Amino acid sequence: MSLIRLEPRGQASQAMVYLTPPLAVVLTLMSGFVLFLLLGFDPMKALHAFFIDPVSSRRGIGELIVKATPLTLCAIGLSIGFRANVWNIGAEGQLTMGAIVGGGLALAFYGHGGWWLLPLMVIGGAVGGMAWAAIPAYLRLRFNASEILTSLMLTYVALLLLNFLAHGPYRDPDGFAFPESRLFEADAVMPILWAGTRVHLGAAFALLAVVGGWVLIARTFIGFQIKVIGLTPAAAGYAGFDQKRIVWLALLLSGGLAGIAGMGEVAGPIGQITPNVSPGYGFTAIIVAFLGRLHPVGILLAALLMALSFIGGEAAQIAMGLPKAITGVFQGMLLFFLLASDVLIRYRVRFGARRAVA
Amino acid sequence: MSAELSLIGPILAAMLAAATPLLFAALGELVVEKSGVLNLGVEGMMLVGAVCGFAVTVKTGSAPMGLLAAATAGAATAALFGLLTLGLLANQVATGLALTLFGVGLSALIGQAFVGIPLKGLPKLNIPGLTDLPVIGQALFGQDLLVYLAILAVPLVHLFLYRTRAGLVLRAVGENHAAAHALGYKVIRIRFLAVLFGGAMSGLGGAFLSMDYTPMWAENMTAGRGWIALALVVFATWKPLRVMLGAWLFGGVTIAQLHVQGLGVGVPSQLLSMLPYLATVLVLVLISRDVARTRLNAPACLGKLFHPDA
Repeated sequence: MSLIRLEPRGQASQAMVYLTPPLAVVLTLMSGFVLFLLLGFDPMKALHAFFIDPVSSRRGIGELIVKATPLTLCAIGLSIGFRANVWNIGAEGQLTMGAIVGGGLALAFYGHGGWWLLPLMVIGGAVGGMAWAAIPAYLRLRFNASEILTSLMLTYVALLLLNFLAHGPYRDPDGFAFPESRLFEADAVMPILWAGTRVHLGAAFALLAVVGGWVLIARTFIGFQIKVIGLTPAAAGYAGFDQKRIVWLALLLSGGLAGIAGMGEVAGPIGQITPNVSPGYGFTAIIVAFLGRLHPVGILLAALLMALSFIGGEAAQIAMGLPKAITGVFQGMLLFFLLASDVLIRYRVRFGARRAVA
Repeated sequence: MSAELSLIGPILAAMLAAATPLLFAALGELVVEKSGVLNLGVEGMMLVGAVCGFAVTVKTGSAPMGLLAAATAGAATAALFGLLTLGLLANQVATGLALTLFGVGLSALIGQAFVGIPLKGLPKLNIPGLTDLPVIGQALFGQDLLVYLAILAVPLVHLFLYRTRAGLVLRAVGENHAAAHALGYKVIRIRFLAVLFGGAMSGLGGAFLSMDYTPMWAENMTAGRGWIALALVVFATWKPLRVMLGAWLFGGVTIAQLHVQGLGVGVPSQLLSMLPYLATVLVLVLISRDVARTRLNAPACLGKLFHPDA
């Protein structure tokens, strides 16, 4: 008889739903401490350089918001799907397509722009992302093909397409063969919301997505259907819910939001098309969605935390020569700890042998 | 011999080599899925195996030690997945994704000190007479050990699953874990062993890439092969022999597009590089289309959590 047992709870623990994410963060920090020690760095100094220094200035906090913007946009969309068992893991590809279409419009109307160009680019970005997400939706509903694999395969295709465009059709004609487009003109660039930082209009979109996501899930019949499909697909079938419509909705919504995120990157902090638009926002957004418990407000907080891991990784690399890859290790560990501590929601941990049932 | 004919040998050889990492990873994942567990972390386990195999080979100068390290590292990361999904009942899809994200980061961290170091590659088989045969000699008798090992693993996995008692138990656990548990089989232990095997095979597949196929370490060098391996298992409708056919097909697509790139036709290299990924989507669609057949062949408990008290 094992010494540690898991005893199912009668009801999921609400307290644990909220306690486990902070617990996972603490466990990750503790593991980070050990990891830095093993790598031969002063752990306190390293953690400080990673998590405190980058946000000790106005510029730093601005950068935090800049990075949290695409993460929030992608994760809100993904969370809707995850709730309904629609596993879109190709947000990175949809983000890339948003950048390709939105940025492509900026280049197409180079020198002929106007006030209408930026709104057109936002729509274009959303359409690009939606179109890319529509493929896995169609293939799942028409051919029963797993959206997990198709959306991921399409991510590789989108990244190769971006690479091709940056080296070819999108390249700056006066750019000495660098794989970069022209810098976007003023009417194709996201307005800055906070002077002295790079916080741009996308941050407002992200907040809108948070509110919209909450309204959709908590206040609409569609949101109710999504929850039922996720929890008990059979019951949703008996109730006559149109599951196909939910799959379309989940994928188009997440694709559209990811597309806007990608467009916001090229029209925001980057300001042009390059072969590397995203440092993996679409993948990290998966962690953000889970860490935020698929809840819009939770996602916002989780996105800020994950944004910190990105800028912390860069800052620690510059300040202490810490390897940049450590960001990915931190993100992976955090998700592991979260998933592991999830067990506390549905089970009690019991020590000692099972008592005989009278 | 005509020029076309002399090309067939090297292309065939390259195709078998390109299929090898997929074959290792997909066979491992097939056993895992047959036990009822869906581990989406193949890409991560391959990367960790690739970097550990490479690092140990560089440090010790011994390729066998490197391969051992790769298999061990793959199994160790798989153990993490097993601990979470089997021990702590975490969602398998989410944990698999986490394993991939973690593996990408961890392998980049370990590999940082090894970027740009060349490696010799594994020794090739050389049987005087046979290896020198025209056209097929090099392809069939001039590969390195891992290529043969991967092919040998196909009948072994098949025999294990369908001709041994342990294989029968493993499949029973995957089809109906409650019934297997009621019969007294240790569901968790059997699944954990399957997950470890899957990890070791993924690790070997990754190590083949970093130690032989392109003998060097580069971040993210698996480039989605772990995901293609997952698609191959579905494509093969969970049958080992078909996994081999699928791996060869993808090896063929990969090599064909590389050759077309080499010929310098007017199509940009990035567009040609999309072909293996598009082929995966296409193949997945063709196979999954037949809902009845997929459902018939997929292990019934695939991805479902098991708790003895529940």
